[in-house]
Amino acid sequence: MNAYQQAQPQRDEAYNFAYLDEQTKRMIRRGLLKAVAIPGYQVPFGGREMPLPYGWGTGGMQVTAAILGAEDVLKVIDQGADDTTNAVSIRRFFARTAGVATTERTPEATVIQTRHRIPETPLHADQILVYQVPIPEPLRFIEPSETETRTMHALDDYGVMHVKLYEDIATFGHIATSYAYPVMVDERYVMDPSPIPKFDNPKLDMSPALMLFGAGREKRLYAVPPFTRVVSLDFEDHPFQIQHWEQSCAICGSEHSFLDELILDDSGTQSFVCSDTDYCAQRVLEQQGQQQETGQ
Amino acid sequence: MYVAVKGGEQAIDNAHSLLAQKRRGDTSISELTVEQIRQQLPLAVARVMTEGSLYDEQLAALAIKQAAGDMIEAIFLLRAYRTTLPRFSASVPIDTSDMQLNRRLSATFKDLPGGQLLGPTFDYTHRLLDFSLLADGQYPGPQPQAEATLEPCPRVLGLLAKEGLIKNEADNAEAVPDITRDPVEYPASRAQRLQALARGDEGFLLALSYSTQRGYGRNHPFAGEIRIGEVEVWIEPEELGFPIAIGGIEVTECEMINQFVGSGSEPAQFTRGYGLAFGHAERKAMAMALVDRSLRAEEFNEDIQSPAQQEEFVLAHCDNVEAAGFVSHLKLPHYVDFQSELELIRKLRASTHQEAKP
Repeated sequence: MNAYQQAQPQRDEAYNFAYLDEQTKRMIRRGLLKAVAIPGYQVPFGGREMPLPYGWGTGGMQVTAAILGAEDVLKVIDQGADDTTNAVSIRRFFARTAGVATTERTPEATVIQTRHRIPETPLHADQILVYQVPIPEPLRFIEPSETETRTMHALDDYGVMHVKLYEDIATFGHIATSYAYPVMVDERYVMDPSPIPKFDNPKLDMSPALMLFGAGREKRLYAVPPFTRVVSLDFEDHPFQIQHWEQSCAICGSEHSFLDELILDDSGTQSFVCSDTDYCAQRVLEQQGQQQETGQ
Repeated sequence: MYVAVKGGEQAIDNAHSLLAQKRRGDTSISELTVEQIRQQLPLAVARVMTEGSLYDEQLAALAIKQAAGDMIEAIFLLRAYRTTLPRFSASVPIDTSDMQLNRRLSATFKDLPGGQLLGPTFDYTHRLLDFSLLADGQYPGPQPQAEATLEPCPRVLGLLAKEGLIKNEADNAEAVPDITRDPVEYPASRAQRLQALARGDEGFLLALSYSTQRGYGRNHPFAGEIRIGEVEVWIEPEELGFPIAIGGIEVTECEMINQFVGSGSEPAQFTRGYGLAFGHAERKAMAMALVDRSLRAEEFNEDIQSPAQQEEFVLAHCDNVEAAGFVSHLKLPHYVDFQSELELIRKLRASTHQEAKP
């Protein structure tokens, strides 16, 4: 334990460990096992009403509740940051109902619940990344009917997705999807990686950490097991590319991280900072350490 | 520079105490009690119980108080509490024929066994603001006749069914699925559909049912019977082997009589739509019955063209707790997604610019 880790909070005994009852957690774990066994396949599960609103991470919270143990160290991020209000709210929820230690340091966490980002610091094999998923179905905006999309997955019929990407190129000259960019998992299922920027897509491929996805409102679970091939859909003549910035982070100077844009004044002066707050803070600490060393 | 995202914890605590103040209002005015809400806003309580899927007047009233009168928020509070409750038994189906009626009407027959019973209704009130309620209004109350009795009131649609004029609804003896435990998969069974509609948002169902009346999936409805009253709830514990009554609940039931179907081999028959809600909730029960019938389009080989006939469209969007959550999540930060879109749109514009130049 260090300064970044918060002391073991007191668990609220009025609720079962991590809020959900044991039967429900068992049901979710069964669903997760199936999801891990069939990478990228959407498993329906009996999603429960959580005391937070649908769309605010109830799917991710149910997954976290189902896998959390008393010894786990939990990190929660929203848009890459530990201190956005919803991340704070979810972290507090588990600190209260499970009494687990929480951290902001990526390498120290055993379970990381995330909304819309994969941390910049590479994950390791003892970590599980839990994604909050709004719309689990990658084909939903092409085909609104669930009956149809389930059939398309079953038949490995993803022609419409390629047509959509092709139409983007024909219309705009580029594939006009910048987040929630569809991926092919283990050469079988097309999967929505949740609304992470496509910048993060390469981190899914052959990740040593287990990736679990929970969609509460839509009542679906899916998973990418460790060391699974995850390929972003593209064409030979229009290969998948990630975003890059001409600027670097105004705080830590990083040129390799996903940057958020800030507008500083009325005339629209921009500044860019890392979206991953922990990554940024660690780099600043490192730089200060180096300065002190050179100063001596 | 980090002002925008730092300080979340303190902001949340402050927001909570401001909300508490907003809910309480002027502290020189005495605080509303839960019992007052339960007694004096019974229709609000009924809606929260119905869409919250939990029959508990006191908790529904508490939810309304805590939600400062925001009904969808109150429904959400009650649902979130309901999830934590253990299930110890499923009840025997309630028998609405045996209801202790306080309102009953049929728009299809002028008179019928048991008669029509207007009961407490806004129907024939003139919607004129009653300024006497601004002051401490007098409460005249009804003058019940001690010797009055209620005749047996057989169900109107049952009378039609005896003659074979309406399609018979038989128990298919299958186990009733619970959509709050197992997710709805499409196509859904009628039992799942009715559960989803019973929990569904009154406003959404009202609008959909209205759309069927205006030609988007018309099915020629008549209000066959609406009955409101108290029914007993029975359970049959395994260890006992016989059913026992555990209490009474107030429900509103609506059975719609709809356009007939038939074919060369089958004689023409009316069809029905069914609505049921907790408490006095007539508008909800009627809207539910209309939408139930329009969702039976496939069963009766009708063309499916309108929103109210499309099962996935209706069931996936009728839940106001889900809908409110997902719409409100747009308030959460989307810096990352938006940044991705910004980067893309700048790139697209830059390439159009370059192409336009030479």
